[in-house]
Amino acid sequence: MAFAGRHLLGLEGLSAEEITHVIDTAESFKEISERDIKKVPTLRGKTVVSLFYEASTRTRTSFEIAAKRLSADYVNISASVSSATKGETLLDTARNIAAMRPDCLIIRHSASGAPHFLADRVDCPIVNAGDGAHEHPTQALLDLLTIRERVGRLSGLTVAIVGDILHSRVARSNVHALRLLGAELRLVGPPTLLPPEAKTWGHVYHDLRAGVRGADVIIMLRIQRERQGLNFFPSLDEYSRFFCLTRSVLEEAKPDVIVLHPGPINRGVEIASDVADGPYSVVMDQVTNGVAVRMAVLFLLVNRAQVASEEQKTAAPPRLRRSG
Amino acid sequence: MSGTERVVLDAQGVERALARITHEILERNKGTSGLVLIGIRSRGVDLAARLARKIAEIEGVEVPMGIIDITLYRDDLTRAAEQPLVKGTDIRFPIDDRQVILVDDVLYTGRTVRAALDALIDFGRPRTVQLAVLVDRGHRELPIRADYVGKNLPTALNESVEVRLSERDGQDEVVLVPAEGR
Repeated sequence: MAFAGRHLLGLEGLSAEEITHVIDTAESFKEISERDIKKVPTLRGKTVVSLFYEASTRTRTSFEIAAKRLSADYVNISASVSSATKGETLLDTARNIAAMRPDCLIIRHSASGAPHFLADRVDCPIVNAGDGAHEHPTQALLDLLTIRERVGRLSGLTVAIVGDILHSRVARSNVHALRLLGAELRLVGPPTLLPPEAKTWGHVYHDLRAGVRGADVIIMLRIQRERQGLNFFPSLDEYSRFFCLTRSVLEEAKPDVIVLHPGPINRGVEIASDVADGPYSVVMDQVTNGVAVRMAVLFLLVNRAQVASEEQKTAAPPRLRRSG
Repeated sequence: MSGTERVVLDAQGVERALARITHEILERNKGTSGLVLIGIRSRGVDLAARLARKIAEIEGVEVPMGIIDITLYRDDLTRAAEQPLVKGTDIRFPIDDRQVILVDDVLYTGRTVRAALDALIDFGRPRTVQLAVLVDRGHRELPIRADYVGKNLPTALNESVEVRLSERDGQDEVVLVPAEGR
């Protein structure tokens, strides 16, 4: 049924119905971005604050556009120009922002669990925009919407997730949701980039061609160069020789396969340019759908918080209305 | 002492009301030139589709039909106990300088129509907006009135009016449900 949570911290633990409700809502929001006047008054007078402790182009812009298309006021704080550089702790920063009464706080942080930590301590809905190697729920939701839109369904699909699964929060969020919604998962990558629990998620492949053979959907992951100091593979060159998705490799998949990538793309490392820009790529659809998904998430969370506070207000004088 | 619901329009009554509204729309607008129908989700959409069919039967012209979902424009969204699933607006034609017939099942407080007007204006500047409803049950809270009414139905505030249409409810009828029967 409807989305029940107060926060969106991850997709793990959500029900299939809740995930579907968010995607359905997002689908109906797509039309707003096609209008001449790309704005609805739904969140007028609400304030959305985002706190980015890690670099981001797509996600941050996407959240900002989503908030503005719903008429919310939006403020972004990037850690690089915030008091974090003066040594303020995450909790102090969040408490100070919360004291300004925002209606929703979006956070990206390199530490897994940072949004959960704040959710217990700050009195406003929190959206996880990526926490360490843990979860990136809105990315997975937009992937699900894109797949459902292109293929028509999610259950029964063979989905290959390829690349740096170990460090990928995108992969973790997708794994939870796709398994719940009935997709068959393949985890493809070198042994060093696969977490031990991968074999409990689906079939593990160390050979790219075998991993994508007959796949309906391929989700490529970015090689996280910033986390590659520890020699998970000998060199980028060698990695791309074995795990770069090229047109020739793509021929192993279903003829109408779609290829997703969360961006930013390392061209020629995990994906060849002609695949990234080719007819099977739905990368730009993902970006478009990202705005709709974030609109849906903000709408559902801010609305739910408001309903809860109205209920509290009306609950105070007991049984004044509707004596029966 | 639980009251039972009372049928105020049966299938034939619904049919006649829509036939009359169709003729009134065509008469008032002198045909179908510039005419577009926009239904308010959910039953307004079914009714708009029926009006479109009737217009096609009479005039041999298919007038464009659109759908408005007013959820994002409501003034009481936060009071709803349950989040409705937003199903989206779908207007694939320009409404600038058109004669827009806004269609809904029941006119009550006028708040739905207010929201629909706000939504509509986001899509352009119609020449006129006219309102067609199957039932006007009174109790307006805003200065809004209908141009075409299937049935004027005086009601008490604690009564409710249910419009059932074969498309989604299996049969056509309008019933008045007394307070105790709810």
